Amino acid sequence: MIMYNSGKIIFGIIIFIALFSAPFWVNSLGKSEAGAPELEYPKDHSECVRDSEWMKAYHMDLLNDWRDKVVREDIRFTEFQGGEIEMSLTRSCMNCHDNKEKFCDRCHNYLDVTPYCWDCHVEPMGAKEPLFRDTKKEKVTLMKKSVEAANEDQ
Amino acid sequence: MKINRRKFLAITGAAAATGLAGKGAADAVDSVKKKSRPQKRWGMVVDMRKCEKENGCTKCIDACHEYHNVPDIDNQKHEIKWIWKENFHNAFIEQENNMLPEKFHHHPVLLLCNHCDNPPCTNVCPTQATWRRDSDGIVMMDWHRCIGCRYCVAACPYGSRSFNFFDPKPHIEDIQDDFPTRSKGVVEKCSFCEERLSRGGWPACVEACSAGALVFGDLDDPDSEIRQVLKENFTIRRKPELGTQPEVYYIV
Repeated sequence: MIMYNSGKIIFGIIIFIALFSAPFWVNSLGKSEAGAPELEYPKDHSECVRDSEWMKAYHMDLLNDWRDKVVREDIRFTEFQGGEIEMSLTRSCMNCHDNKEKFCDRCHNYLDVTPYCWDCHVEPMGAKEPLFRDTKKEKVTLMKKSVEAANEDQ
Repeated sequence: MKINRRKFLAITGAAAATGLAGKGAADAVDSVKKKSRPQKRWGMVVDMRKCEKENGCTKCIDACHEYHNVPDIDNQKHEIKWIWKENFHNAFIEQENNMLPEKFHHHPVLLLCNHCDNPPCTNVCPTQATWRRDSDGIVMMDWHRCIGCRYCVAACPYGSRSFNFFDPKPHIEDIQDDFPTRSKGVVEKCSFCEERLSRGGWPACVEACSAGALVFGDLDDPDSEIRQVLKENFTIRRKPELGTQPEVYYIV
């Protein structure tokens, strides 16, 4: 096999491959870490409707499920802390996660996703308490009142 | 592989058992249960005798439009309205009365979605974004699903539905955080405040009316206030000849 200008061509190919694969070997030097987004978690609440690992992966499915149940099936409550809590993005989720900027947005921006929840739903300006249903007493109160009542019982 | 009868039965039996167990587990995981609640049929009586005494009052309209983030758009072609005023001869075209008492020329009628028993708007919706809720008769809207085809706007004989030709947010004076706004390309209308009813409240317009001109209640309950009012007064409805069975009654 005869190859004209083989030296130049092979040299060129090597340069091309080196440049083309640059992202891979630059990353392999270990300077590539983008770092996880720093999220602000609620300080005075520790329990969510599901555990945080599940929520990280599936909260969007949960919200879709809540949306359909509330709007289309008129089912308003889901199990929480031995009773039932109102299913509402702005009332229930954002009653604890009250900083959209430092919780929702930081992660969504990091992952470059733009959920359209906020096209219509309004970020709460003062925390609106979700309703909480005590399933034993069949009593519906505001969440804060039910927590206070539980503390008094103890 | 050769399979004999015994093996076949064992495999199918095991498969069926796993399937059933899986379904049981899925049911248990699904923590949201449907609560049965008594059947209702919400309706409203608008007492124009009381309403027209408060000349020029817009408390109900203001309360509704503020609570629901309804934009205030000057252009009549683009306006959004849930509850509004209209001249009597426009609101009750079928009355065709040339000799109307004087007062009907001066006092507009309060109009809103009639939450018909037989709503023409829901039948035409291609995405089931609007439907009549069987449990209480409210004609519901799911703005998540509305694709803005406006069939329902054309089908509604009462003009109760408005279309967002553009993003309404810049036209809302003071956005309330307890209720979502809408986006461009979505139809909206009065919902009888179903979100307030679900929390044990009353519609915003009814609460705001200080003249007691708006009576709201369960039409299926013979002891309710609204049934008493309907029993004692002659009422008319808009375009009853269409067979839509509107649930908003007027005392004129």
